Amino acid sequence: MNAHAAPPPGPPIGVLVELTHRCPLGCPHCSNPIALERPGEELDTETWKRVFGEAAALGALHIHLSGGEPTARRDIAELVRHAAQAGLYTNLITSGVGVSEKLWGELVDAGLDHAQLSFQGADEETNDRLGHYDGAWRKKRAFAAMVSGAGLPLTVNAVVSRPNLHQVGAFIGLALELGARRLEVAHTQYYGWALRNRAALMPPRKETEEAIRLVDEARPKLAGRLVIDMVVPDYYARYPKPCAGGWGRLAINVSPSGKALPCHAAETIPGLEFWNVRERSLAEIWRDGPAFNAFRGTGWMREPCRTCERREIDWGGCRCQALALAGDAAATDPACSKSPHHARMEAMATAEAEANLGALRWRSYREAVKV
Amino acid sequence: MERTDKPRLPRGVKLRHDDVRQRWTLLAPERIFEVDGTAAAVLQLCDGERDLAAIVAELASCYAAPAEVIEKDVVAMLGDLKAKRVLET
Repeated sequence: MNAHAAPPPGPPIGVLVELTHRCPLGCPHCSNPIALERPGEELDTETWKRVFGEAAALGALHIHLSGGEPTARRDIAELVRHAAQAGLYTNLITSGVGVSEKLWGELVDAGLDHAQLSFQGADEETNDRLGHYDGAWRKKRAFAAMVSGAGLPLTVNAVVSRPNLHQVGAFIGLALELGARRLEVAHTQYYGWALRNRAALMPPRKETEEAIRLVDEARPKLAGRLVIDMVVPDYYARYPKPCAGGWGRLAINVSPSGKALPCHAAETIPGLEFWNVRERSLAEIWRDGPAFNAFRGTGWMREPCRTCERREIDWGGCRCQALALAGDAAATDPACSKSPHHARMEAMATAEAEANLGALRWRSYREAVKV
Repeated sequence: MERTDKPRLPRGVKLRHDDVRQRWTLLAPERIFEVDGTAAAVLQLCDGERDLAAIVAELASCYAAPAEVIEKDVVAMLGDLKAKRVLET
């Protein structure tokens, strides 16, 4: 850990709040931790409101209301209203399951700016199987219609991995059909439940490249109609992704119980001390929080990161992945071709993709105890 | 873009002054566009009621610059934002 951490580079751009880990779906690619936080541990309404006010004062512009399923909170409309009044751009990240017309009306009245709706498949069968919820497809489509009907921007979020990667083209069609302004093709990031299910989710390199090519081809054709963003898979990449835009540089993640994290998987790194918003202000945590300072900037880096010309592009990649695959959170992310573990990582991905195992562990509180 | 088009920010896109960083920003889904003072002045006129001709005329009188020059810049800027789906006409 770095005792002489760089000062924060500036205020965070966005704050992602996991309002709850409760969720009606059971997606095996979920990035929530295996140890899901219980409803009884969740912050109360007043504490969340205070956090939103602190986020706005600190300089955050976007607030991402996520989970679990954020609409499982009974106070969701009240929270949206408070965030909007604090001047934050409010983004609801939802499964769309369980949002009644009445609740949707309340969210719109509260000043919601944007809805991001997840799909697990581009057809009913795939969607309901991977979401582990019969009837989710119809509910999601009804939700999309409510969003468009209210004139709000809709993002379709397609999380893709081996079972549905061949549907990327169909996801683009679905987004257009639903009137989405934006499509996010998110290649599964292997943390939490997704890491547990990695062998059943890892796609082969060829299919991964084909999916990327398809998106690149579609983008210019759909300019002005649909913006397509892609969270790129890094197992077959040359360079790692700059996790969260750089550790402690752009974003704060707050867990249901109030733990402030530099990224949603940061708790997998042993020895980090996470401050809680119950006890400290967001500004104090951002500036002085030991977890935020642990890998902030470039001072913590070793070779080959330290002298790499990409050190302020990739920011060393992902610390959690470095820990998971290289056994050391301060190592170069093995997704980087300069990492000594890179070849092993790629071989492992290839082997898992080829083994083509199908057994999935569905995300749930019950499964969480059977580690 | 036609002179009779009436540009506006769609719901879910907001022009806001960022007091902490002392600059104008256009907030959109998962995106933040930094806009300079001139662009902010243009966007403040994009209310869905003024058409392009009216916006250009207003800017021309405000900045004492030739309308043709302003129109060219405004069309380029708004066209770019339209392609990014943060402006409607």
